[in-house]
Amino acid sequence: MRKFDHLQGVAAPLPAANIDTDQIIPKQFLKTVEREGLGKGLFYDFRFDLEGHEKPDFVLNQPAYKGARILIAGDNFGCGSSREHAPWALDDFGLRCVVSTSFADIFYNNCFQNGLLPAIVSSEDLHALMGEAKGGNHVFAVDLDAQTISAPSGKTVRFAIDAGRKEKLLKGLDAIGETLEHAPEIDRFEQKRRQTQPWAAA
Amino acid sequence: MPAMPGKTLYDKIWDAHLVAQDPNGESILYIDLHLIHEVTTPQAFSGLRTNHRPVRRPDLTLAVADHNIPTEGQAKGVDAVEDAEARLQLQTLGRNVKDFGIEFFPMGDIRNGIVHVVGPEQGRTQPGMTIVCGDSHTSTHGAFGALAHGIGTSEVEHVLATQTLRQRKARNMRVTFVGEPVPGVGAKDYALALIGEIGTGGGTGCVIEYAGPAIEALSVEGRMTLCNLSIEGGAKAGLVAPDEKTFAYLMGKPAAPKGAAWDLALTYWKRFSSDPDAVFDRELTIDVSKIAPTVTWGTSPEDVVAIDGLVPDPESFASEDKQAGARRALDYMGLQPGQKITDAAVQRVFIGSCTNSRIEDLRQAALIAQKALDMGLKVAPGVRAMVVPGSGLVREEAEAEGLDQVFLAAGFEWREPGCSMCLGMNPDRLDPQERCASTSNRNFEGRQGRGGRTHLMSPAMAAAAAIRGHIADVREFL
Repeated sequence: MRKFDHLQGVAAPLPAANIDTDQIIPKQFLKTVEREGLGKGLFYDFRFDLEGHEKPDFVLNQPAYKGARILIAGDNFGCGSSREHAPWALDDFGLRCVVSTSFADIFYNNCFQNGLLPAIVSSEDLHALMGEAKGGNHVFAVDLDAQTISAPSGKTVRFAIDAGRKEKLLKGLDAIGETLEHAPEIDRFEQKRRQTQPWAAA
Repeated sequence: MPAMPGKTLYDKIWDAHLVAQDPNGESILYIDLHLIHEVTTPQAFSGLRTNHRPVRRPDLTLAVADHNIPTEGQAKGVDAVEDAEARLQLQTLGRNVKDFGIEFFPMGDIRNGIVHVVGPEQGRTQPGMTIVCGDSHTSTHGAFGALAHGIGTSEVEHVLATQTLRQRKARNMRVTFVGEPVPGVGAKDYALALIGEIGTGGGTGCVIEYAGPAIEALSVEGRMTLCNLSIEGGAKAGLVAPDEKTFAYLMGKPAAPKGAAWDLALTYWKRFSSDPDAVFDRELTIDVSKIAPTVTWGTSPEDVVAIDGLVPDPESFASEDKQAGARRALDYMGLQPGQKITDAAVQRVFIGSCTNSRIEDLRQAALIAQKALDMGLKVAPGVRAMVVPGSGLVREEAEAEGLDQVFLAAGFEWREPGCSMCLGMNPDRLDPQERCASTSNRNFEGRQGRGGRTHLMSPAMAAAAAIRGHIADVREFL
């Protein structure tokens, strides 16, 4: 997994609550067998009209937010489907950090698998950051080790993350490799399982 | 010294699968059953190949093809699937299961169908298990007292490689359903009423155990519908403690234990229920006698209204954010504040999905279709109504009962199994601004097709809407 420590970039506000993974990456983009190239489908229905033209009103289409690296979004971001295509699409588009008051569980977890930072802040701080991002071209700084997000005005807020997840993200550890170091314990578990649940060994 | 409090059902399943604990707070849990499908696995198998890793337990893995497949002409095979991307994804799954030795029910096999219908139907889903799948509606399997939840593709790769998953323990929540429902109200209405109360983020970080007399009274299939929708309330998983109904459902299923092994398994399964003194982090009680047949009006499963209710006025919501959300939803849905929900005319009806495509669901819908026929009614002019069974075996059973003939006589289409119009990844989808009475699980913008307008409801309610040509109260047919 790719590590994440610092990030500097334009922040884009997307104030709607309950942005689901169908909005983040619509179904027609899930037919790929690759991880790459999904940025083109990110927020597709928000970005393009039925004829495929860019909607100028949408925040990520506005010149002042082009190249944004940080998304500041409403409550319960990433609810719905388990599609990991959602963080893949954010990443491919260039967004490496999403800030919200809360995230749906599966999406939250999927971010960490891909070196993306979902940063949890208070409702008050979220509104403050939305205000700071308004107008565009405002370069924010994210510091994972310090757990802070700073706006160009100097306004700095702290975000929450548990220590274990933070450490893994900072180091970019490979979860499968780590787990395989526990192979003897998995072997022992399976041995016991065969004895206590003989019907369960297919 | 105070005694240790009792354990919840979730605690017990967790403890029974703990392989190791890392100092960083993660636990490694053993996975008993890994269900896979074509959409969320190609990148996982690529990862295995890149790192020269085998699948640790192909025998605990089962593959189906469900999201992408068309619901007609399946006998022609995958190579005849018109959509080139879908075809490649289906072919990729076929190659991956062959290379890694995984059991697979391909499109056209009578055992194939929606992954969450197939697992229980085959008896692969059993009490006390841990079950994962790269699909959020894996929560369905919780109806058997199994800890079951969706995972992302990186985790699919992790489970394929290690047969374990790294997890942090969720909180325990219990929702107790009491009372007796009025006729026409069932599991789908319970679920929508609950999500309406707690919101789509209400269960975040929790495993919800559904308990109480109204849950005991539900059939196993009704419990699957309820557990299926746990994720729409934001919960990690849903659980119902296994009981005699669960065991009766499992007995004789192809992968269920037989003979002496059955007795052994039964003894093991019976330990999986919450202790009387177990403590839950959060508790809620719902009186089902107060629930009317329920539908959604907006673009989130929490946007619910009783069938005799009105589309809400955005101004009635407490916060400015909520008001803005409701205005946007009404605009998308083409509805006016204060209008009767039964005034919403539908052009499409979808009876199917992992939420409601099992035999009981089809029986309930067919019952309304038959009542309509008895009243001299059929599917209303201008309405296209599709019935999509959850698996080939469900389809076969329904046909043996003559349900297909009832549906066809009443003007419904009788399709081949698959996820179909639940998510619009296959040819079944809505056109912009088409309104659909749907038994599926998500009314998100664009979910069933870009610009499509979805109203979630039970199979009987969807059948009633098909007959009336607008959202309707099923009780008119009872």
